[in-house]
Amino acid sequence: MIEAFQSEFMRNALLAGLLAGVACGIIGTLVVVNRIVFIAGGIAHAAYGGIGLAIFLGIPPLAGAVGFALTVSMIMSAVTLKNKQRADTVVGVLWAVGMALGIIMIDLSPGYNVDLMSYLFGSILAVPRTDILIMALVDLGVLIIVGILYNSFLAMSFDEEFAMAMGVRVEMLYYILLGMIALSVIMLIRIVGLVLVIALLSIPPFIAEKFCRSLKAMMAASVLLNFLFAIAGLWFSYKYNLTSGATIIMIAAAFFFASVACEKALAHFGGGA
Amino acid sequence: MPLSAIEIDNVSFFYNGHPILVNVNLRVEEKDFLAIMGPNGSGKTTLLKIILGILNPARGSIRVFGKTPLEAAGLLGYVPQDTWLNKGFPISVQDVALMGRLGMTGRGRRYTSSDRDLARKVLEQVGMWDYRDRPIGKLSGGQRQRVLIARALTVEPKILLLDEPTASVDAQFQTDLYGLLKELNDTITIVIVSHDVSVLSDYINSVACLNQTLYHHESGELTEEMLNAAYQCPVDLIAHGRVPHRVLRRHDHEDP
Repeated sequence: MIEAFQSEFMRNALLAGLLAGVACGIIGTLVVVNRIVFIAGGIAHAAYGGIGLAIFLGIPPLAGAVGFALTVSMIMSAVTLKNKQRADTVVGVLWAVGMALGIIMIDLSPGYNVDLMSYLFGSILAVPRTDILIMALVDLGVLIIVGILYNSFLAMSFDEEFAMAMGVRVEMLYYILLGMIALSVIMLIRIVGLVLVIALLSIPPFIAEKFCRSLKAMMAASVLLNFLFAIAGLWFSYKYNLTSGATIIMIAAAFFFASVACEKALAHFGGGA
Repeated sequence: MPLSAIEIDNVSFFYNGHPILVNVNLRVEEKDFLAIMGPNGSGKTTLLKIILGILNPARGSIRVFGKTPLEAAGLLGYVPQDTWLNKGFPISVQDVALMGRLGMTGRGRRYTSSDRDLARKVLEQVGMWDYRDRPIGKLSGGQRQRVLIARALTVEPKILLLDEPTASVDAQFQTDLYGLLKELNDTITIVIVSHDVSVLSDYINSVACLNQTLYHHESGELTEEMLNAAYQCPVDLIAHGRVPHRVLRRHDHEDP
């Protein structure tokens, strides 16, 4: 196992995977309990527009992605605030428009862009030092914000109306949450690419929800599961020479199916929980 | 003249252009025990949400002890309908009860040890302290309802609003609940939305029938006109409680 991580780029990849795991475990938990996985997906795919725009304008692609994703997340907040189900269509439209914009911007950009694939499917093996630093900062920001606002997020996620009646600023929290989703999603694009972002955001919390008794525990468990998937995924991809991002997702999926099977087996043989 | 607990003036509310509430006027005095009745979809839940500040009326005003609903966050305890609740959510009975202290905890929203003591006291009062670490999803309907009541009581409210609290529970629970509410009514104003005509018997002192507009009767008696207007069909009522107990105002009818 250890020899896989001897080289610098593998160590960087591991670090990137672990750092992304922190933010995504915490944010992914909030996404899943608030049932806004589709909205998170919309932000992720729309972010591609920002990547295209950045390449067209000649600025660092990930910086463009961050700015664009934050803008899109604020628009999605405003649109989905009152009614998350009705706004499905709008989310779907923003999702598609973002991607289409990105592709066209890249068409219009001079030169040949190999970067396309790496944004769609991840390039965890080519994460530069500066990106690692930014990920660490985002993790710190997420930990601080969720740490301070934990009880409010918990109240909003469990019973939004009661929280409102208690004077919790639910609207503001929602905007903050979608903003944090935008940042986490950009981090994930590096690891597994934008096509697979939703899987990594939602699978660990889905598994954790089955055995966790508090939201805090669910967040911690999701972070640890992310660590596990990153380490195992990277190791397998090294050993069998596979695309890292996809391998990580397959490991996550395996655990997903295993947890569903376990639950069904327990219910069947244990006579119900 | 002392401030009314709740003052609703000419409130109207629309949903997608459809009128839900039209020119509703209501005054609830402190320590009233008001039942709001009416058919499904008549706006009873909407009215509660407007009192709580969850919804804003299109027209009219609402005051709770002279304050706006959001200013009055610490005065109102809310027990919503059970169906609304996210039963799969990872949260314990104790943590649900603590949420009533949210209005009191200030910016950082950390619970203090006195918050926890209060939550304990209230959970003991509703008989759910032994279940404090149980996940909310692993309770029966009646147990869950008790926890929601506890949550409303940790607010230390002056007004308790309950939305069909006995919709999916057994008769014993119903009796226990109304007994508890009667006790609480010594110090707390109670507004209960209910489908249940039998609620009327021994507990309330005021009735309102809502079907877009409100028909209010102070002394706890329903007139047949009120009920007919509210339900839009003649209603057969069975009197409950200690006999003789008048539920309907007498008309030129025979007794049922």
